Amino acid sequence: MSHLVIAPLILPLVAGILLLFLRDVAIAWRRALALGATLAQFGLAVLLAVAVNDGTILTYALGDWPAPYGIVLVADRLAAWMVLVTALLAPFPLLHACRGQDEAGRHFHVLYQWQLFGLNGAFLTGDLFNLFVFFEVLLLASYGLVLHGGGRARIRAGLHYVVVNLAGSALFLIAVGTLYGLFGTLNMADLALRMAAADPDLAGPARAAGLLLFAVFALKAALLPLYLWLPRTYAAAAAPVAALFAIMTKVGAYAILRTATLMFAGGSLGGLLDAWLLPLALATLLAGLFGALAARSLGEQAAWLVVASVGTLLTAFGLGSAAGIAAGLYYLPHSTFAAAALFLLADRIGSGRGALADRFEPGPALAGAGWLGGLFFVAAILLTGMPPLSGFVGKFLLLRAALAHPAWPWVLAAVLGGGLLALVALARSGSLLFFRAAGAPAPAAAVPVAPAAALLALGLVLTVAAGPLSDLAAAAAGQLLAPQDYIAAVLGSHP
Amino acid sequence: MEALIAGLIGLLTACGVYLALRGRTFPVVLGLTLLSYAVNLFLFAMGRLTVGRPPVIGTGLPGYADPVPQALVLTAIVIGFAMTAFVIMLALKARAELGSDHVDGAERP
Repeated sequence: MSHLVIAPLILPLVAGILLLFLRDVAIAWRRALALGATLAQFGLAVLLAVAVNDGTILTYALGDWPAPYGIVLVADRLAAWMVLVTALLAPFPLLHACRGQDEAGRHFHVLYQWQLFGLNGAFLTGDLFNLFVFFEVLLLASYGLVLHGGGRARIRAGLHYVVVNLAGSALFLIAVGTLYGLFGTLNMADLALRMAAADPDLAGPARAAGLLLFAVFALKAALLPLYLWLPRTYAAAAAPVAALFAIMTKVGAYAILRTATLMFAGGSLGGLLDAWLLPLALATLLAGLFGALAARSLGEQAAWLVVASVGTLLTAFGLGSAAGIAAGLYYLPHSTFAAAALFLLADRIGSGRGALADRFEPGPALAGAGWLGGLFFVAAILLTGMPPLSGFVGKFLLLRAALAHPAWPWVLAAVLGGGLLALVALARSGSLLFFRAAGAPAPAAAVPVAPAAALLALGLVLTVAAGPLSDLAAAAAGQLLAPQDYIAAVLGSHP
Repeated sequence: MEALIAGLIGLLTACGVYLALRGRTFPVVLGLTLLSYAVNLFLFAMGRLTVGRPPVIGTGLPGYADPVPQALVLTAIVIGFAMTAFVIMLALKARAELGSDHVDGAERP
């Protein structure tokens, strides 16, 4: 049993509690503590990734209660990958916020740490009910963060976001309760064993519970037709919050991938999601891009591009093959960093245009338009998947994996057509913001550009290191498609 | 007893869904509350309905009441309570800031 597995949970939890106690201390100290904790979390994520890199699956039984009786945390390649992506993303929105936006609400840093706590917990837990609890932790933190800064638009969007997610939580509990009633366990590895060996009489209710679970995760991932809450919420949220939320939809995608490869992998429930996932993902991809074409501001466009990236990601997972899942796992960090960078850039661009903010209307010239335009150009290349950057590599891997799937013409048409739509959308917004500008530039605002640039640099790192990283993703996909290792690691001598 | 509990959960869910689909925040909050009651009862019933059984396993007893759903329900109640409190505060804030208790902030003409 390795304590390393629980460390990424303890650190943000304790940091959040400390920040809560220190809320009357000078803001500089709190910023230092929050940044320090986030950077330390990156260190822990690297240690965890190294520890599971040889294919071992680390488990941690809370309170030393053996699985399946107690709650167990599991770190396999996928979980470590997700924790690492979160830890890589987290410092940059925080740095962006530390230039003054964190003072708009008293508990920004506390909620930020607890958001990370919930995210890491959702990735590492091996228990279905515990997954629900961590979903609630990250949602409750996100409810606070969505409202950060206040204002009418945020409160209106926040109300919708909270109500939709409360309804989703109710469905989650019904699904979990049904599975417990049928199989008498909530440990995901134990559930996988019992579902594979299930009595065919139980298949009907078990399918219902499985599809309910899928609906809940699809809601969190913003899969069509459950994506309507996302664009307005993300567009209304403060830029650092929206940038952090770029990873939130990926939690839903992660949960779909985990349950599909572990619990719905064999037996009478095998292939439960096959009929749904791929068509819905392709439709989500196109819906997101049509939304991006119709967006009225850069922040809104970035939010629609998040929807489109979820569509692409779940298309890759929906292929079901090792190559498809590997392509998705490579695409996941790329799309997270690129979308987060675009949210931060939109904030910087909006702050230089006075009352127009980031709305798509011709406005004054931007101070530092050369630099900003260059960064916007890099972000656009990343997001549209043009060569030579990581978006292209991800899409290439996805399309190559899709050729082996019977529905490959649909996948190719949607992904390539979607790329064109993204190109048109971003070219239009870029030319409007940078070329159709006239008049004296407004004084430069105190919004930093470095965090967005750093996130884009991460995209470049993903491009340069595409070879080793796609090998890592392929190894993670291979481990996912052999769930018996996961089950053996969790249950050990308690089959 | 099963039919009664099932009917009750169904009724609570139906009322909850109906209220949650209303246009004003107060019925929506009530609807979500009813929905969480229904879910809690449902979770509770998943340990099977037993009468007069001890909560621990012992020899010479006809069975035991499953303690896990009770623990799950306790967690779900606590979380649901916190969420309800939050959504009530948010609804009040929305009423104050937007000047309307409609969920969209203002009624469409």
